[in-house]
Amino acid sequence: MALDDTKTKDFKFVGTRPERPDGVDKVTGRAKFGADMTAPGMLHGAILRSPHAHARILSIDTSKAEALKGVKAVVTRADFSTNPTFGPGLTGEPWNVLENVMAGEKALYDGHAVAAVAATSALIARDALKLIDVTYEVLDHVTDVDKAMAEGAPVIREGAADKSVPAGMHPNVVRYHDSGHGDVEAGFAEADLVLENSFKTEATHQGYIEPHACLGSLGNDGKGELWCTTQGHWYAQKMCAALLGLETSQLRVTASEIGGGFGGKTTVFIEPVALALSRKANKPVKIVMSRSEVFRATGPTASTSMDIKIGMKKDGTITAASGVFRLQGGAFPGAPCEFTAMCAFAPYALENVHQIGYDVMSNRPKQAAYRAPGSPMAAFAVESVIDDLCKELGLDPIDVRLKNASHKGTKASFGPRFDDIGLVETLEAAKAHEHYNTPLKEGQGRGISCGFWFNHGGETAVSLALSEDGTAQISVGTPDIGGSRASMALMAAEELGIPYEHIRCTVADTATLGYNEISHGSRVTYASGLATIKAAKDAVNKLCKRAAQKWGIPEDAVKWEDGCAVPSGANAGDFDPLPLAKITANMGATGGPIVGHFEATPEGAGVSFATHIVDAEVDHETGKTKIVRYTVVQDAGKAIHPTYVEGQFQGGAAQGIGWALNEEYIYGDDGRLQNAGFLDYRIPLASDLPMIDTVIVEVANPGHPYGVRGVGETSICPPLAAIANAVSAAAGVRMRELPMSPPRIVAALKAAQDG
Amino acid sequence: MSKIHVNTTVNGDEVDFLCDPRETLLDCLRDKLQLTGSKEGCGTGDCGACSVVLDGRLVCACLVLGVEAEGKTVDTVEGIAKGQDLHPLQEKFIKYAALQCGICTPGILVATKNLLERSPNPTETEVRYWLAGNLCRCTGYDKIIRAIMDTAAEMREAG
Amino acid sequence: MQYYSPDSFSSAAEIASKAQGSIRFLAGGTDVLVQLRSDIFTPDTLIDIKKAEGAKSIERTEDGGWRIGAAVAGAEMSEHAELKNEWPGVVEAVDLIGSTQIQGRATLVGNLCNGSPAADSVPALVAADARIVVQSLSGERIVSVMDIPKSPGKTNLEKGDVVKAVLLPTRAERSGDAYLRFIPRSEMDIAVAGCGVWLQLDEQGVVSAARVSLGAVAPTVLDVDAAAKAIIGTKLDDAALENMAAVASSACNPITDRRGTVEYRTHLAGVLAKRAAKIAYTRAGGSQ
Repeated sequence: MALDDTKTKDFKFVGTRPERPDGVDKVTGRAKFGADMTAPGMLHGAILRSPHAHARILSIDTSKAEALKGVKAVVTRADFSTNPTFGPGLTGEPWNVLENVMAGEKALYDGHAVAAVAATSALIARDALKLIDVTYEVLDHVTDVDKAMAEGAPVIREGAADKSVPAGMHPNVVRYHDSGHGDVEAGFAEADLVLENSFKTEATHQGYIEPHACLGSLGNDGKGELWCTTQGHWYAQKMCAALLGLETSQLRVTASEIGGGFGGKTTVFIEPVALALSRKANKPVKIVMSRSEVFRATGPTASTSMDIKIGMKKDGTITAASGVFRLQGGAFPGAPCEFTAMCAFAPYALENVHQIGYDVMSNRPKQAAYRAPGSPMAAFAVESVIDDLCKELGLDPIDVRLKNASHKGTKASFGPRFDDIGLVETLEAAKAHEHYNTPLKEGQGRGISCGFWFNHGGETAVSLALSEDGTAQISVGTPDIGGSRASMALMAAEELGIPYEHIRCTVADTATLGYNEISHGSRVTYASGLATIKAAKDAVNKLCKRAAQKWGIPEDAVKWEDGCAVPSGANAGDFDPLPLAKITANMGATGGPIVGHFEATPEGAGVSFATHIVDAEVDHETGKTKIVRYTVVQDAGKAIHPTYVEGQFQGGAAQGIGWALNEEYIYGDDGRLQNAGFLDYRIPLASDLPMIDTVIVEVANPGHPYGVRGVGETSICPPLAAIANAVSAAAGVRMRELPMSPPRIVAALKAAQDG
Repeated sequence: MSKIHVNTTVNGDEVDFLCDPRETLLDCLRDKLQLTGSKEGCGTGDCGACSVVLDGRLVCACLVLGVEAEGKTVDTVEGIAKGQDLHPLQEKFIKYAALQCGICTPGILVATKNLLERSPNPTETEVRYWLAGNLCRCTGYDKIIRAIMDTAAEMREAG
Repeated sequence: MQYYSPDSFSSAAEIASKAQGSIRFLAGGTDVLVQLRSDIFTPDTLIDIKKAEGAKSIERTEDGGWRIGAAVAGAEMSEHAELKNEWPGVVEAVDLIGSTQIQGRATLVGNLCNGSPAADSVPALVAADARIVVQSLSGERIVSVMDIPKSPGKTNLEKGDVVKAVLLPTRAERSGDAYLRFIPRSEMDIAVAGCGVWLQLDEQGVVSAARVSLGAVAPTVLDVDAAAKAIIGTKLDDAALENMAAVASSACNPITDRRGTVEYRTHLAGVLAKRAAKIAYTRAGGSQ
């Protein structure tokens, strides 16, 4: 998108750190999250889930459950649409989502929904589930990515592969990606050292503290209301309508406050079920997932198996790089193998690069996006090999990365040429940082890594209405997952020239604005921000018009300065500045309400890079790692609210620490998830972490009026690799499998000792 | 199943409710008393989002039965502010952006207020260990710890 | 589920002996409620013992030891300065269980009666040679800690038995106890392996008596006499420690599960035994 009116300096509001508009609600317990809503006559829903990893459903007998006192409705797959489409040509993903929301012929993973009940209390609903008889024929299962694509593996679903998959592959391989440029074999031949290694990462869960929750109400007239915790309520509207055979516009969806999502709340799970139960019972139905349901049945990220080969000259120049990335994304197509492949070598300007990705199905829950989906694993593998090359060639890891760093004009490993990017700036800031120059203590290791994420724009609609008293209300369609309401208000304040405190930003329901894509892809501050700025400019144009009318001069003879309409030059006439509030005070009589709008699909999101530095200690006897120091350096383009940018940096780093050290999906031989709770799915605790230092680099994104780049996702790209490099240095042995849990480290140390 | 009549004191107010003996104090607070500030993140005592103070002792409301509240005092996040005056911790949490999504915030505030009443001058390590049972997935805890240390210092100065 | 809250242990025993179906006692509730809430197990009868006389008290016994009521929460033990001073290993073992919030509720007796092989306080109690007071319709009896666990999730207590209290002996001259466990994080996890050590020194600083116990490495807690013997008669020199570690590891009979492997748990038992023994030695007044 061409931008004619960018602003990169002299900000009055942008870059300040005001208090968030939802702060008081959230510290007093008043904020309403997904599970906090009730409705008169409300029923409680509960979902029966498969105890088998893979089983044919022979029969479901719900009669005993229906007969239980207090039970008002029982639904199975038969209560959903038989042909869930949005219209011609869009049959794939809605069908997959329906199949995931309620199993059809087969239960495809431990925890797959097979039936649901609505009753007058949560306890009765739970008791009723035990009265549903499901007859299963248990089938062979597979949960490991390499095993799932090997000959003889049980087939999850015949015919699920798309046409990208080469002939002869196992039917569980459903998508294939191949990209790159140059001649990697020639490149390897030029290298002084070529290293080739294999890596594995386990699936991790987004681990939001708020379980999925919703309250749905649907009548037999096809009109419905849905309240839910989601990153994208228009998507929920569209998908629920498709799954239930409704007209999209007849279902109004309101997004609650959201208790964390990180990509995991970008789809629907319980929402269509609550609506189906509500339609049958003719009463509102609330469903709240248990934590165990969240782990068993909502999206973890993909697990991976990767092979990396990189060649380097003695001076640190990378001559060629290639990678094979196999991702398991559960019992459905969709593991982000192309993102993994495309992100892998993006930080480096390479003449010869080649990457291949496989999307593989297995008997696990349907993967969902998790903060830069696919990218952190790639960085783990690639940056580990680069670290080994630096060590063997005796080179400084930051110098080598600087030598090879992508910059403006570089042909990216995934095809296009980069515009303005800030990788070099993050590396230089890291190199100059006191952390990097502080000597390590005995027994510690230091790791660094770069990371990359694309960022995203997407369909966006914003409206900004002015009130008679000169204040403004912004309606955005992107659920606030990181303080974005404050950022929107800051950007509107900048344009309107009125104080931040005079602006309120609200996340509108689906009836209020046009379609807004999900809050994902680090798009909110970029796209909703851009739309807010444009909507404010639209309002300003209308304000100027009213002033022109009042002064009797042409519209183009009025401009906007510091919250006032002023004549654009000496020739325009001599009028006192007309403040916003003076114009809005009688706007009803001068042409009616003043509202600014913007609707578009901005495409200039601007990619983002980061460099992380981490120091770790390893107890060689127990294999336990302690992260002793952590620094995040990342390009934010322009930090609208720097405190929230820091928060994103710190949150991504913390999630990365969990992924690197302890978090993993553990399946038993029976294909059942062994650790479906926060006790054994071990996310970092307050007592596990050090303070996380941050450095905000600002290299303006030419695709945003103020230069904003999304910051939410890139922060989780470097940690796995940076920590692996630190741990490997501290342990004295290269760790190539995540998580680097204590038993794995002890086993690696023992293997090294045994030679 | 017959229900049990429970009389208890929540945030200083005498309240009563009828509950099934299987229902937790968290269920009763949220569903019967409409005090939805305490959150259920896990239901197994692993996340701390439902932290409340029961007779002066910090507990997870999901691991207390509603019937056990008989004759006791319960303090929840809704009782931290006095009228329209926020507690210093609440002020600092907003100032430091010690919350992103805010779902863990009620539990962390209840837990931290209890800590500062017992130990007005905690070290960073003490705070981190006191809060080990309060999971936060957004912040990496950094800004939470800073907000708490600053609050503690300010409250000590104010005496 | 019927809920009872008797005011004495004898009436708790009476309710339990007469109850039909399954029974659970509720003290801190940190295991019972998890099972209830997760729909793993809902008893027909739940007997809350917190109001029973003596359930919440920590008292000095006539012989100079301690009597800890069955419903005393972990935090109440940690806040008891004298108890902590005399039996730091036991108190620290209890303190390791769960979060601050769990400490506000969880009890020593609950930890024992839950029957988990990974219970942190149990190896510490074994090392301390604690006794358990059991009430039944026929009266009170005192048994060894080792008599309670039967198998994972099961105890040797009979229907109508209710545990009233734990007795800790008088702390002997020049003795010390310690408990260490290993978990992947800094808090909150269940022990992958745990080790309790109690030892007593003679006037020369030589170990004259010892007990070494292991948790989470067998179906029930282990009292590893051979490991104790490995350090008796030594000043805990490196050779003695290595010997004890090897003996402790060889006593293990663990399983591989989501928390650890057979090999790893066996390895950890030795590492923890060495580290715990050193702490107990220092607490007993020894210097290496």
